[in-house]
Amino acid sequence: MNRFIATVEKLDRLDRRWVFLVVGLAVVLATLFGLRFPEIPTPLVAAVFDKIESLPAGSRVLLPFDYDPGTEPELQPMADAFVRHCIEKGHRLYFIALWPLGQNMIESVVNGVISVEYPHLEYGRDYVDLGYKAGNEGVIAVILTDLKKLFTTDARGSAIDEIPMLAGLANIQSFDLILSISAGYPGTKEWVQYAGTPGNIPVAGGCTAVQAPLLYPYHPDQLLGLMGGIKAAAEYEQLLMQKYPQFADPSFLTALARMGPQTVTHLAIIFFIILGNVTFTILRRQRRRQPAGPGDAEPGRGARA
Amino acid sequence: MNRQRVIWLAIGLIVIAVLAVRVALGDMDNPFGSARNFGVWLAAFLTLAILSFLYKDNPCYRFAEHLFVGVSAAYWMVMGFWSTLVPNLFGKLAPKLASQWFLSGLATQRANPVYLVPLVFGVLLLMRLSPKGGHLSRWALAFILGTTAGLRLIAFLTADFMVQTQSTLVSVAGLGQGSFNFERLFWDLVMVVAVLAALCYFYFSKAHTGAFGRFSRLGVWVLMVTFGAGFGYTVMGRIALLVGRIEELLGLWLRVI
Repeated sequence: MNRFIATVEKLDRLDRRWVFLVVGLAVVLATLFGLRFPEIPTPLVAAVFDKIESLPAGSRVLLPFDYDPGTEPELQPMADAFVRHCIEKGHRLYFIALWPLGQNMIESVVNGVISVEYPHLEYGRDYVDLGYKAGNEGVIAVILTDLKKLFTTDARGSAIDEIPMLAGLANIQSFDLILSISAGYPGTKEWVQYAGTPGNIPVAGGCTAVQAPLLYPYHPDQLLGLMGGIKAAAEYEQLLMQKYPQFADPSFLTALARMGPQTVTHLAIIFFIILGNVTFTILRRQRRRQPAGPGDAEPGRGARA
Repeated sequence: MNRQRVIWLAIGLIVIAVLAVRVALGDMDNPFGSARNFGVWLAAFLTLAILSFLYKDNPCYRFAEHLFVGVSAAYWMVMGFWSTLVPNLFGKLAPKLASQWFLSGLATQRANPVYLVPLVFGVLLLMRLSPKGGHLSRWALAFILGTTAGLRLIAFLTADFMVQTQSTLVSVAGLGQGSFNFERLFWDLVMVVAVLAALCYFYFSKAHTGAFGRFSRLGVWVLMVTFGAGFGYTVMGRIALLVGRIEELLGLWLRVI
């Protein structure tokens, strides 16, 4: 019995670096072996997909890229999938960024997806990059009524009036959908608060997993769909693959590929959580059985404190 | 040199030797072969340097951390100049001059002297750096605080307070949902009870005893479930970032996947 308790005490004092090592190994091995699991799309993800699917060709879709390289592994697969889907449906894409590095993320999609996979699309007619604009939610509040008040040029320095896609566009209220991809503030929440709700513009969002619980309350009245983290991106890729078989190639399924390591690592973390709770419970019972020492205010807690 | 340092030095030398052999065999890109290759190697080194903090603090980690802070600060300054000052200030005050010097697209605008106001406020804000004129920056700060508070108050009242309350009420009444759906009604009731319980927990004008106390205890459970969901999502988010970095290391750098 004493040997068992000694082992449990050793586990209780386990150096946290062992946990880091196990998590690291789980990710590396799952990535090396290319583990992949099928995803079942949830209603919130399906709602975003269905909305893009239901819009008529030529619809105006605003794509705010409010994230940076720090969250690129989580959000870039989502952004790529959104762009591919919108282009397949023949929608017109308007990119914008409220984060300084969001501009680079837009360029990444334009150079990595649009220019490579859809070279026939013409800049200014099929898609436009409005670029980064400083001012956080202030920018949204202004362009809700007057786009040209704040945007005089696009990201490439061309005058707004010279861009055919923007010629008859007074403000963002004429957009058919705002498809926000965000990693924090300003992001999806601000697009809902300052554009979607006051302007009655449909808003759907793709966000980091950390943000998702904060955005769920806006669904379904103010946010028609929400994609939280890499899992939602994988579900979206699954839907896209089912509807458009040309996207079944592994090069289009980045998020699905990343869900393999995600699942394995979660199993490791769940194991450690259970292990930690079991050792804690055993030791607490053991300490309660032991007589309280002189000066222990609360029997059973002194040793741990 | 202590034993631990010798061990780490040996591991480092072995890793460098293995990498050198792989480069020589053509299994990895030569870091000095092109700017892209050098960038890949630098990104790999910085990733490993940051991850090394998980073991313990070390000079490699500190170098990467300081580099990140410095680059970020410089990037913000450059972005601020090109995306804010040039189009929103110089382009509005002197469009022709700004189009000649900075962005040609600004030439189509007309000069707007109203933008002298933000210019003055901007200068006043910089007065914080002056030992005698520091108090002048309060004018600009007061403007920023006032407008931000006003803007956020309206947005919060309409988008959060009003619409969120409305969504909860409509949901429980079952209005606008078409045919009766028991499952939907059940989850709507769960949501409404959870909202009320959580609100009760934060109501401090009445002692949390009796039925009210029990209901507010339910609010604690609601909060705990919310925190649990938040934790789970956070774990998923962080692991996703780690997977992204590992993919880069194994794919772009080591070329083993």
